Amino acid sequence: MSFEEKVAWAYPIVLLITAGIYAAHVFGQLPEVPVTEIAYVRPMIMALVITVVAMVIAAILAAMSAPSEADKKDERDVNINRHGDAVAGNVLGVATLLPLGLTMAEFDYFWIANSIYLACIVSGVVSSIVKIVAYRRGF
Amino acid sequence: MGKPTKVTNAIRTLRFTHNEMTQAELADRIGVTRQTIIAIEQGRYSPSLEMAFQIARAFGVPLDDVFQYPEDAGQTA
Repeated sequence: MSFEEKVAWAYPIVLLITAGIYAAHVFGQLPEVPVTEIAYVRPMIMALVITVVAMVIAAILAAMSAPSEADKKDERDVNINRHGDAVAGNVLGVATLLPLGLTMAEFDYFWIANSIYLACIVSGVVSSIVKIVAYRRGF
Repeated sequence: MGKPTKVTNAIRTLRFTHNEMTQAELADRIGVTRQTIIAIEQGRYSPSLEMAFQIARAFGVPLDDVFQYPEDAGQTA
């Protein structure tokens, strides 16, 4: 497995774990705390920062597992990355209709911010799945 | 899902007729990852024209000896 493919595997795992912990913490308060009083900003920022840090660590671990391949990236990697990002861009475009609709309907900031976060997570996961499929089944 | 490309190749055969060149050696010669050579050999990736020429040059043969495109490929009824 190439370095780029390892990173493609790591990204959705990291995203789903951090988003899952965030969702459990924040949405777990919904039954007891009014939406307007749920402190979601700091946990969301922490989730984003932890995602970035975890991805850096994952990339370092991937490089350490096969040091000779760590700096190798060829046209296939570039094409697969581009393909995954193009699909993710379309997904993100459609997914942003949700926060747009919530904003138009004047929902609380809590729902708008979280729907944007959700759109980013879905887009990121789809991007990685498309890349993994391309690596595994052909492109 | 079928194979993503109809282009076939003789890389595996050429490697063996060239002193049993390994996939890693071929990858190093043209500056790509071993996984890309594997994907090309298995028909899971269609290389760019430039990479195709580099592969042919690594074996010292014309492009046609490395890559083939079947007569009926790409034809519409």
